Amino acid sequence: MSWTITPTEITDLARGAAVLGTGGGGDPYIGALLATAALRKYGDVSVVSLDELPADAVVLTVAMMGAPTVMVEKLPSLDEVISPVLALGTHLGRPVTHIACAEIGGVNSTIPIAAAAALGLPLLDADGMGRAFPELQMVLPTLYGINASPLAFSDEKGNVGVLQTISNNWTERIARVACVEMGCSVMISGFPMSGVQARESLVPGSLTQCVEIGRGITAAREEKSDPVERIVDLLRGRELFAGKVVDVQRNTTSGFARGRARIEGTDTTLTLSFQNEHLIAETDGRTLVTTPDLIMVVEHDSGEPITTEGLRYGQRVRVISAPSDPRWHSTEALAMVGPGYFGYDVPPHGFDGTVTHVEAVL
Amino acid sequence: MHIGIDVGGTNTDAVLMDGTRTLVGVKHSTTPDVTDGIVRALENLRAGHHFEGNQIEAVMIGTTHFINALVQAKGLAPTAALRLGLPATKALPPLVDWPETLIEALDARSYLAHGGYEFDGRPISPLNPAELREHAADMKAHGIRSVAISAVFSPVNHDLEVQAAAIIAEEMGPDVAISLSHEIGRIGLLERENATIINAALRELAAEIIDGLSAAVRKQGIEAPIFLSQNDGTLMDEDYVRLYPVATFASGPTNSMRGAALTSGLGSCAVVDVGGTTTDIGLLINGFPRETANEVKVAGIRTNFRMPDVLSLAIGGGSIVNTETGEVGPESVGYKLTTEALVFGGSTLTATDIAVAAGRADIGDPSKVAHLDPALVQRVLDRITDRITEAVDRMRTSPEPIPVVAVGGGSILLPDELPLFGAVHLPENYAVANAIGASIAQVGGEIDKVYSIEPGRREETLAEVRAEAVDKAISAGASPQSVVIVDFDEVPIPYLPGNATRIRAKAVGDLDMGGTL
Repeated sequence: MSWTITPTEITDLARGAAVLGTGGGGDPYIGALLATAALRKYGDVSVVSLDELPADAVVLTVAMMGAPTVMVEKLPSLDEVISPVLALGTHLGRPVTHIACAEIGGVNSTIPIAAAAALGLPLLDADGMGRAFPELQMVLPTLYGINASPLAFSDEKGNVGVLQTISNNWTERIARVACVEMGCSVMISGFPMSGVQARESLVPGSLTQCVEIGRGITAAREEKSDPVERIVDLLRGRELFAGKVVDVQRNTTSGFARGRARIEGTDTTLTLSFQNEHLIAETDGRTLVTTPDLIMVVEHDSGEPITTEGLRYGQRVRVISAPSDPRWHSTEALAMVGPGYFGYDVPPHGFDGTVTHVEAVL
Repeated sequence: MHIGIDVGGTNTDAVLMDGTRTLVGVKHSTTPDVTDGIVRALENLRAGHHFEGNQIEAVMIGTTHFINALVQAKGLAPTAALRLGLPATKALPPLVDWPETLIEALDARSYLAHGGYEFDGRPISPLNPAELREHAADMKAHGIRSVAISAVFSPVNHDLEVQAAAIIAEEMGPDVAISLSHEIGRIGLLERENATIINAALRELAAEIIDGLSAAVRKQGIEAPIFLSQNDGTLMDEDYVRLYPVATFASGPTNSMRGAALTSGLGSCAVVDVGGTTTDIGLLINGFPRETANEVKVAGIRTNFRMPDVLSLAIGGGSIVNTETGEVGPESVGYKLTTEALVFGGSTLTATDIAVAAGRADIGDPSKVAHLDPALVQRVLDRITDRITEAVDRMRTSPEPIPVVAVGGGSILLPDELPLFGAVHLPENYAVANAIGASIAQVGGEIDKVYSIEPGRREETLAEVRAEAVDKAISAGASPQSVVIVDFDEVPIPYLPGNATRIRAKAVGDLDMGGTL
């Protein structure tokens, strides 16, 4: 069912997206402001469900690539948001008909809204991950053999590039180098898809889910019920841990914010390892949950999502885990987004602690 | 002995303290002239408990002047916000999320210019002096008297902010105050910029207030150092306040909450401080105000310095009552309460008049409010109770009951019991809790530097920085055994050799007044 995004939906949508962003995806406030500014300037955006998408549609994903810590300082202009879409339309020689979110989470849920508004195009109620991941090839369309390239990227200075690569991993590698050179915050557009391909490969209903989570948190606060419980219910996940942040260690390497956070509970300490997003949750050396399932940190009482860069000593938080799209649990998918890919020598643990034993791949 | 004074928008409270013991507490209306108010407070204290000027070891002053100025949008200098960052940041220019009324009150103008840095310190684009001169000329033409300059990634490198300031100063002359964002806030451009703009808007008021305070204290033969309370409850000296008035911003609520802790004996409670112009509601946990986790909105503006989590309502003893709607505020007669309020023979119906008419307080001449319709009086009081109850309910984080402590001169507006919360605690000396809070304020030492952390030496480096902050607090006057680290932050700066990390540590301890009996 199609609906319309107006500035009034943005707050709830951005808060929901920050939850699904699993710690990554950047400051939801900036993304929300940007989307609001674009909606005010160019008008509302219509949201189209995958069922309604015509088979011959030309769909492009739009996203910000880079370090989230950069974006709270070097705020975007709107020009670099639309220029990769325009460049790719020219390159493809066909008019682009729909915009989609590559990931749901933080700014990458709201930047496509700004792009769709500025371009006057409808936005799909869907995304490529159903959560956030740190690298651009980490989308379900990659598993369906859909090419990331041609992929266009642009910075605020007016530099635009179009990549034609042999694999989605190469797209990531080359774009990442350009991204760092261009100031660690660029806008990208790629994964050209037909309506048929988009319907098959994307995660349906993501924007609707964001709005529902955001509204659920707001409603729970008003009712004085527990917003965290509401999030857990909506995601059909579980509450993993509650405690106080006692240490956060960060390193920014290769354009990613890697780090570890320790959260002290009543009798144990939970350690979270992150690379933009939370990847592993463990207590006393025992793994509880790993990527690709969702690990989210929210403020203890208000349920306000906390990004990895927003983690600070002394915060009282709760940690939630939830299932990811089941397609992420195939052997091929786990090779792309499982703990092994990120350098952790642990088998994938589901949100409920179940262990997947994967045969050595790659 | 030392003196704590709290200058509110409506009332000035003062206490003469011996350690943590209150020798005498006095209260009077805030005078239009700051100097007169301080003189009067000191004279009243002396009348209550005689002291010689040379017996006073320190004078601590807390003032809600600055937050009131912003909430009421009064006394703010015409301010320009200049951001260096083009061609980046264009979609969200300075003042982007500000309430329209405040933009108007500041006659605020927003300018974008080239400059700023990438995350690794490379310039985004060079400064364009001609562009800056053009902006300066426009500022001048629009009567701008204070300028806030921010640059993308200025916490990593602040050279361009400093260079731009020189150009602006050259064009606009020495009378224009310039505030630089890297001196005010941390990473997070919009929040740092907002705090800088607020600081800029308050600079003229700061100069005026500091001159007044200092002259008044010296006139009383007191040569002891004068301190002002900052947001976190620590003290700063006068020169610092002239440049960074925004650092005093939430000292009123902090002082009243800390004063409430000392006087009520309740470590954890909700504190409702009803002043003359505003009601500030905060949570006290183990004697310290709960601080906001991340960004904090002040008068509708998002900033990122650490402040107590306080909700301000425009309800106070001086709030003007609308007889049609039964609503109070946001307008307040402020310090003119003793001439404008009906009970004092004035012609404005204020919240204080309502409290007197209801028999809750014996202030001024009650016969002057005898004519008020009891139904209106009840309606106004109910409305105040409803709004404050709702606000306390918003502040608490669970439906669990929490004791409510009322402080401040305007607490006569509160009923004995609040729905949902039960009895309202009124601690001894409740009316001068702010001044007591100011008098127990502590001193701090802050380190904010970029360190090169060698592999495997993180813990040692962090320990060194903490020790340095502790030393700084001690040299600022803290007694060594009382010093603790209250704030700590490390932000790696990517792509600089040697794992460069920006480390910020803040240590706080009790002001060592060695000779105190």
